[in-house]
Amino acid sequence: MNIPFLLKSSASIFLMLCLLGCNSSAKSESVDKITDAKTNSDEVSLSNKGQAFIEGDSDAVNALKLAINSPDHTTLVAAVQAAGVENALVNVGPLTVFAPTNAAFDKLDKATLEDLLKPENKSKLASILIHHVAPSNYPIKTLEKNIEKERKLYMAGGQYLEVTKQGQDIYVGGTKIIASVNVSNGWVHIIEDVLLPKN
Amino acid sequence: MKTIQKLLLGLGAGLLLIGCGNNSKSDSGAMASSNAEKVYVAPGEHDEFYAFLSGGYSGNLTVYGLPSGRMFKEIPVFSQFPTNGYGYSEESKAMLNTSFGFVPWGDSHHPDISQTNGKLDGRWVFINENNTPRIARISLETFETEEIIEIPNSAGNHASSYVTENTEYVVAGTRFAVPNPQKDMPIDEMKGEFKGPLTFIKVDQEHGHMEIDFQINMPGFNYDLSHPGRDKSHGWFFFTSYNTEEAHSMQEVNASQNDKDFIAAVNWMKIKEYVENGGGTEVAGTYAHNIYDESTMMATTEMKEGVTSVDPREVPGAVYYMPVPKSPHGIDVNPTGEYIIGNGKLSTQLSVYSFAKMQEAIKNKDFDGDAYGIPILKYESVLEGVVDSGGLGPLHTEFDGKGFGYTSFFISSEVVKWKVGTWEVVDRQPSFYSVGHLTIPGGNSREPFGKYMFSMNKITKDRYLPTGPELEHSAQLYDISGDKMELLLDFPTHGEPHYAAAIPADLIKSKSKKYYDLEDNNHKYAAKSESATRVERKGNEVHVYATTVRSHFSPDNIEGVKVGDKVYFHITNLEQDFDVPHGFAMIGANTSEILIMPGQTKTIIWEPKREGVWPFYCTDFCSALHQEMQGYVRVSAKNSDTKLRWSLDDEWKE
Repeated sequence: MNIPFLLKSSASIFLMLCLLGCNSSAKSESVDKITDAKTNSDEVSLSNKGQAFIEGDSDAVNALKLAINSPDHTTLVAAVQAAGVENALVNVGPLTVFAPTNAAFDKLDKATLEDLLKPENKSKLASILIHHVAPSNYPIKTLEKNIEKERKLYMAGGQYLEVTKQGQDIYVGGTKIIASVNVSNGWVHIIEDVLLPKN
Repeated sequence: MKTIQKLLLGLGAGLLLIGCGNNSKSDSGAMASSNAEKVYVAPGEHDEFYAFLSGGYSGNLTVYGLPSGRMFKEIPVFSQFPTNGYGYSEESKAMLNTSFGFVPWGDSHHPDISQTNGKLDGRWVFINENNTPRIARISLETFETEEIIEIPNSAGNHASSYVTENTEYVVAGTRFAVPNPQKDMPIDEMKGEFKGPLTFIKVDQEHGHMEIDFQINMPGFNYDLSHPGRDKSHGWFFFTSYNTEEAHSMQEVNASQNDKDFIAAVNWMKIKEYVENGGGTEVAGTYAHNIYDESTMMATTEMKEGVTSVDPREVPGAVYYMPVPKSPHGIDVNPTGEYIIGNGKLSTQLSVYSFAKMQEAIKNKDFDGDAYGIPILKYESVLEGVVDSGGLGPLHTEFDGKGFGYTSFFISSEVVKWKVGTWEVVDRQPSFYSVGHLTIPGGNSREPFGKYMFSMNKITKDRYLPTGPELEHSAQLYDISGDKMELLLDFPTHGEPHYAAAIPADLIKSKSKKYYDLEDNNHKYAAKSESATRVERKGNEVHVYATTVRSHFSPDNIEGVKVGDKVYFHITNLEQDFDVPHGFAMIGANTSEILIMPGQTKTIIWEPKREGVWPFYCTDFCSALHQEMQGYVRVSAKNSDTKLRWSLDDEWKE
């Protein structure tokens, strides 16, 4: 897994605007579709968008809400919305999300990013994001046990990641976990690099 | 010859049927399609009203939405419910205790929603049990049964569980007159010996807790239904009675001899005052009072002894009889409280009594003799009018708040709309078939919501796809917003839906609880984290303090259980999120599964009979890894020395 180059911050802002742009167009498109399907009110069509849009279920935040509330994960959130995978992150799970920071996205090659943002590559973007999600609960303790018992870490995209330990730090797919948060539907581990699936 | 006759008959019937078929076809079409829109609640949208339908012989209460007729939940009340373990789990078993022992079944009847100032307030819904006289209170925050109180000295608690307009009291009646106190005596000496106690149960306004305040020891007629006074008649309660003949056998004939039976008009405020001032006598009466404590998550039974009995003749001005034609069933009071409607079920007419005239007759002592010392008000002096419907078999009446009454007619199988004040019939619609009760949201309160009315029909026949000889019952929804009633929808209900209470969804939906806060869980055997999970042995009792969370049990391996042990699985659901229940089932358990809501602890007993390694699992598809949510218990021989130990992910503890 090669970690790409640093990008200039102006490029990352451009990227985010792009992502947000995609996002809003995607949203209005889906609303149109639902309106076409003919229900009684607009409110209804909103309530049919999925579990991601239900308010006040729990005092604890789910994985998506946590990311939305974090200023360090605006790029990730924008990417999630662009790829339309919000509902997967609020599902009952259980799931473990390895969440790259904005700085992690900044390390990506500019051309790669621009490519990903093309509408025809929406599914590719989604597959990269899904590669950051492991079904089941993996708190640090369980990840440590994975190392001890030589268990594999299966990612929702279909590939496996290696879990290693260096000193006190846990590494997943070669990137360091810098913080961990228990969320209502599993765990979120914050990482320093974007995890790119093989191929 | 016979064959020819049969053929001819068949042909005739066939033609008739074809004729009917054509008619009903032309009735549908354009109108039916607009009716479809009226009941269509699009996916993701919510209904406008909650309806709580009596579950009848199931002993439960079912929750429906209107206008869609969709069932949302079945709330177990008087019966064991294997879906979630109610009545099986250690926490809930006590809810079904009675003075007759553990009674796992009940015949639930008439739900009624609590009121404040005569208006639905959405705090609780009460429902009575007819067979083993009881009243239950269900929370409209958790939609769980919180309390059940037994009614002693009574039998056939049918005239129940109607509430006064500030929920001061909920009442219970006696439909089958019995000796009071019970005693061994010849049945055919019942006349004058049997009694029909009417029980007034006080409701604590903060927690809803019920307490028997007094029983009025009425003459032994059959008290069938009841209704509190409203607004101007607040302070009074009205009970219909039949079998004033006091027949003890073949009542279908012997109880229909008198032209008129009685409505008992009870001034409960007067009796309340009398009791507060030391009136009444303490009589025997054993009854169970079961309360479920949401904090400890445990139901407990208190067996109580003795009630205050009031002889109605000793409280002047408190109880009167009003004559009513032909074995009345329902009794209803209009929203202003002025009119009291007696539904004489073998009659064609409704008798409408005036509260003002009743007061006047009492003042003037306008009596027509007495029954066992209780004054009978002169029929002509209290009667305001009759609704001459032309229908047959009036049972129940509800009101729309717009000046109309709606009465069900069992025998002629129809609903009749009539005008309060003029008593003229303004509309009638057939019901399919043989309607019992009707419900309009708030239709027995000061403020009805007169948009929909639904009938609960006793006979189903061909309304749905056939399901063999045994059928569920059927309800029918009518639009009553216009001048004429319009039949919109059929929907099946558990048999027999004796009555229903309905309320605008906005009055309760926002306070509906989403999950139990783990911090408030004071269950004695709760394990509030995985680190608190453990297994303890006390003699042959093994207590497993276990937790569930997506997607594993802790512990999920247990060893050292022996044949002959009594294993208590105390399962705490650690989730703190809406709609993430976990289930628990153990092979060979002679109880049921349990379904544990987030933050809740429930306990089920398992008595292993055979050595081996036996699995348990989560019964609720809780998560993507639900199928992996399983575990094992190793069961050793009775005299083995297998060590008691447990683990999760191979971290064994002992």
